[in-house]
Amino acid sequence: MPETSERLSRFTTISGVPIKNLYTPADLEGFDYVQDLGDPGHSPYTRGIHPTMYRGKLWTMRQFSGFGTAEDTNQRFHYLLSQGQSGLSVAFHLPTLMGIDSDDPMSDGEVGRCGVAMDSLADMEALFREIDLEKITVSMTTNAPAAIIWSMYLVNAQKRGFELSKISGTIQNDILKEYIAQKTWIFPPQPSIRLITDIFHFASVSVPRWNTISISGYHIREAGSTALQELAFTLRDGIEYVEAAIKSGLKVDQFAPRLSFFFNAHNDLFEEVAKYRAARKVWYRVMKERFGAKDPRSWALRFHAQTAGCSLTAQQPFNNIIRTTIQALAAILGGTQSLHTNSMDETYALPTEKAVLIALRTQQILAAESGVANTIDPLAGSYFLEKLTLQMEQGCWEYFERIDAMGGMIAAIENGFPQKEIQEASYRYQKAVEEKEKILVGVNGYLSKEEYPIETLYIDTEVDQRQKARLRQVKASRNQSAVQDSLSALRKAAASTDNLVPYIMTCAQEYATLGEICDVLRSVFGTYVEPIF
Amino acid sequence: MTKRGIRVLVAKPGLDGHDRGAKIIVRALRDAGMEVIYTGLRQTPDQIVNTALQEDVDCIGLSILSGAHNVILPRIMALLRQKEIDDILVIAGGIIPDQDIPALKESGISEVFPPGTSTETIIEYVKNNIRQKSP
Repeated sequence: MPETSERLSRFTTISGVPIKNLYTPADLEGFDYVQDLGDPGHSPYTRGIHPTMYRGKLWTMRQFSGFGTAEDTNQRFHYLLSQGQSGLSVAFHLPTLMGIDSDDPMSDGEVGRCGVAMDSLADMEALFREIDLEKITVSMTTNAPAAIIWSMYLVNAQKRGFELSKISGTIQNDILKEYIAQKTWIFPPQPSIRLITDIFHFASVSVPRWNTISISGYHIREAGSTALQELAFTLRDGIEYVEAAIKSGLKVDQFAPRLSFFFNAHNDLFEEVAKYRAARKVWYRVMKERFGAKDPRSWALRFHAQTAGCSLTAQQPFNNIIRTTIQALAAILGGTQSLHTNSMDETYALPTEKAVLIALRTQQILAAESGVANTIDPLAGSYFLEKLTLQMEQGCWEYFERIDAMGGMIAAIENGFPQKEIQEASYRYQKAVEEKEKILVGVNGYLSKEEYPIETLYIDTEVDQRQKARLRQVKASRNQSAVQDSLSALRKAAASTDNLVPYIMTCAQEYATLGEICDVLRSVFGTYVEPIF
Repeated sequence: MTKRGIRVLVAKPGLDGHDRGAKIIVRALRDAGMEVIYTGLRQTPDQIVNTALQEDVDCIGLSILSGAHNVILPRIMALLRQKEIDDILVIAGGIIPDQDIPALKESGISEVFPPGTSTETIIEYVKNNIRQKSP
């Protein structure tokens, strides 16, 4: 074989970015340690946001879970905590994410399937029974109805005697990526942004340790974007929120330290590590230069990572354990603050307890046995990785320019810009797989004649009955006139410019249901109608 | 009479917003020369069946990732039966565990395609299995 021959005509990352055969100092001309990297804990934070990183404290191992009723999920939470998990993360079922109750006709077949049902404060009480809310941080994946779910959480915490100033956790509360990718929206953009800034205001005074938003690229990537699109659209969403908060009267350093991010961890190890490192570097410059933030805590981009659900295969599902391991490794090498590892059976259903345990153990093996957490940012200085990081950063600034020119992210979404970019990328990738330009083990290469069967979680249909029974009981035992009063007060406040969080908390306290509260807001705000591209 | 092309309705029942797969199928079927109508998200069984009738489609492709398939898909099939429609091929895809597939087929779904199915496989299946339209 002649020395010049290579096994492929073109080498690319999973996102389609061309990769050279060799990277050398020539690729990093003008590269400057202080400007481009800096020490960990120092600007521009490329190497990590803490001076000690995992030598000081490991990332938080936070498995996202939720199914059935609040009691079912509470049991899973206690199990995960007993196995060494260090934080909780709640998945709500789809009716809750869409702002309707379990007894709504649209909820048929959906109750407790994709997450836990959350109809009223009674469910929130059951969900966190016997869990110390001042000791455990809780992340809640809720967007369109985030203000309502959070209010229920705060009321429950207060009722149990915890101080709001001491509790901590995260609400996802990122509506822009819903319009772009995950599509669990309720209200149009403007009132949705108002609910978000109301939360920023309320938290900055009353719940100062709470992460008020988790600006998410995860779902953008799952919808088929490239790594660069994930990064650029997410950070540009972040810019949109910062602008909105400043416009609503907050000073940047009042809320920016509580902003957090959420990224995907996909298969292409170096591309992913470059993405996380570039994210910190770009956000530092955005906060400092674009918004004039002075508090270093506003400059440092903190993020959660989850391995890529869309990379898992239904074929030879045990291989998914290996994929998840590589993805988790990327997130760790990229300096994540917390991590969720997917389970091998998730192309079929929500995971079984056994599959979740292997996923959690994967993180523990990486932490305890692999040695990668012994030193900070161990890949720094690799010609290849640093070049990828610079390219990722450059691409990000270019996307910002285009979106700024459109008048910002909301305008871009209304034009379908990010949606179409993602659709194109997703179709290109599908083509690359079908043309075997990209090989997926078990899907278009290395097929097995025999498939080993895998157990899947079965959620019994009684869940639906149990949940509806509880809802009936809640509705029958509450003070009806207090419920009506709280809802009327909310309606009035929604039409004014008052901060809505205290009004929603009163509704929650009176056991008004999520659906009832959302109906009030829908009647004032209207609902979002998705343009179809 | 000129022979018309294959008409397909790609529909998203259930509450989930995961439309990556549905949109890839829409585009792949169009590239294969079919006429494709996409419903958008969160369609009820009634809406889906009515659109299928109005558009006079040969095939309905249902994409669902919410876990509600055991309840919602048989309802769509029951509605079709109730309206005495037996010339529309109905196929499904999404997050559907193997053990649920026999009952879905029992209800009248012709085939369930798991994640990782190539668009080529689906195109071939539609071409080979659409039914003779009743006159």
